[in-house]
Amino acid sequence: MAAVTAPTTTTVRPPRRRFSPGRAAAWTVLGLIVLITLLPFYWILRTALSTNAGLNASPADPLPVDLSTSGFERALGLQSAQEAVAQGGAGGGLDFWRYLLNSVIVSTLITGCQIFFSAMAAYAFARLRWRGRDKVFALFLAGLMVPTIFTLLPNFVLIKELHLVDSLLGIALPSLFMTPFAVFFLRQFFMNIPQEVEEAALLDGAGKVRIFFRVILPMASTPVITLSVLTYITSWNDYFWPLMVSYSDSSRVLTVALAIFRAQTPATGVDWSGLTAATLIAALPMLVLFACFARRIVSTIGFTGIK
Amino acid sequence: MTIASSSPPSRLPLGGAEGAGTKQRTRRAATRDDQGDGRLAAVFLAPALLGFAVFLLWPTLRGVYLSFTRFNLLTPAEWVGLDNHVRMVHDPIFWDSLTVTVEYVIINIGVQTVAALAIAVLLQRLTQSAVLRGIVLTPYLMSNVVAGLVWLWILDTQLGIGNEIINALGVDRIAFLNDETWAIPTIALINVWRHVGYTALLLFAGLQAIPGDMYEAAKVDGASEWRMFWRITMPLLRPVLAVVLIMTVIGSFQVFDTVAVTTAGGPANATNVLQYYIYGSAFGRFQFGYASAMSVALLVVLSAITVLQYRLTRAGQTDLG
Repeated sequence: MAAVTAPTTTTVRPPRRRFSPGRAAAWTVLGLIVLITLLPFYWILRTALSTNAGLNASPADPLPVDLSTSGFERALGLQSAQEAVAQGGAGGGLDFWRYLLNSVIVSTLITGCQIFFSAMAAYAFARLRWRGRDKVFALFLAGLMVPTIFTLLPNFVLIKELHLVDSLLGIALPSLFMTPFAVFFLRQFFMNIPQEVEEAALLDGAGKVRIFFRVILPMASTPVITLSVLTYITSWNDYFWPLMVSYSDSSRVLTVALAIFRAQTPATGVDWSGLTAATLIAALPMLVLFACFARRIVSTIGFTGIK
Repeated sequence: MTIASSSPPSRLPLGGAEGAGTKQRTRRAATRDDQGDGRLAAVFLAPALLGFAVFLLWPTLRGVYLSFTRFNLLTPAEWVGLDNHVRMVHDPIFWDSLTVTVEYVIINIGVQTVAALAIAVLLQRLTQSAVLRGIVLTPYLMSNVVAGLVWLWILDTQLGIGNEIINALGVDRIAFLNDETWAIPTIALINVWRHVGYTALLLFAGLQAIPGDMYEAAKVDGASEWRMFWRITMPLLRPVLAVVLIMTVIGSFQVFDTVAVTTAGGPANATNVLQYYIYGSAFGRFQFGYASAMSVALLVVLSAITVLQYRLTRAGQTDLG
């Protein structure tokens, strides 16, 4: 790839000459990368705002064809079956609000519990003195090496034995208590907090529990927020595990629903307008969430080395 | 702080809290020191340890056990010894899916690593803009399902804008995801699109750890950017690059979502990646024992790769590591 050659002529000696062909080429490559990154987003927006008939007529029009919100209406189940079929969609009912709510519940539950429990464990590993600490921590680290695929089948069997198949709790449970990564990530930050801060609190008569909640957690708020957002995105986007565990609308999350939407759409003449609208609805919450915390996340992300 | 975190950084050894703590231990802490904070630690660790034991350790052991059984979920698992493993070795579809998976991994990792490195270096040498870094990360916010659907549409043979452009250039339309030759490279590139920004940011963090005055000094000596890249950036980035490589390889061996929504293993098993085959065996044919045996095989492959990569990259470690 030519991009690696990057800027070839940024010699510092003449500091006034900011422009150079190498630099310009490098910026062009970067611009191209940004374009490839962002263009698909525009294209699904443009498609979602078109009608299927319009898309068939002029597939390459850069603007929405027959500007219409019918795709969104179909995705959100606001159209009657006949109406939907007439516009190239599937007649089957899809309860998008339900799936959205399921996704929110699962992701919130996982993120809240996982981060809290992992933070407690990380505190025990970073700040408490107890026998066997290093050995137990090494065991946790080893857990990082086990690929998720390996635990999925046995975990499914376990969830089935617990009679939690097809429930939101069943989807959330395996990642509810911790991930080795979260423990590891937070431990790093806790260890970097100066010991003096804790000593001062101890002298003031605060117990270790109080120190954890009042000193350590607030001081580590940036990494905790970053980790929370990343965990939220990960559990929101998870597909394989929810696919295994959920069978009905009661526990269906957005990713699984989207795949079903795709499977339901007529094989000849896919409902692209509805499908891209549904895609946008599924992706939008994460885009908004990211937009709120982008700066923090982007600058802390080097830390997430293992994910 | 960088990726260095992934191997316990030398600054923070496992017993790191001790060092600073012992020196200025308060009287109160000292009297407690005999039993340490054992009881409190037990309370703090309880939920995490429970989760670790029940949903990570136990399933790992159980997965190995299940691979020696015939098990369909309905009746109790029945011990069959090495039957599943023998069957696997003689199963041409298993070998096909392993081959397909390796092909996917090679394309995915090859393109992704080079592109991510390019993006990271460009970002570092041109600008410190957090906005640009944020933009590069946006595809990572999509699920694999969404990314798969988006590109399924763009690459659609009849209506996709990708094929429209190709057609306008005077080339015949390509059935990217319905063609046996194109399907795997296409899926690999779709996943590059989704993950490259994240990988680039990890590498970017690694680049930030390289002292800027090294580049200044090299410039004074008249080194070109190209030369600086090979003589400074690459050697100093190698440990970080190694860690990133190991995790992306492990991640990409587990490809499933994109295949499931775009090709469903087709055409003619051309994209029947290992994880998809495992899923089909378990949930399509209820052969949980056989599926577990293939999971064990995948685990062995991944462990071997991890050890190998670790060894190989250790040899090339640098002063900055």
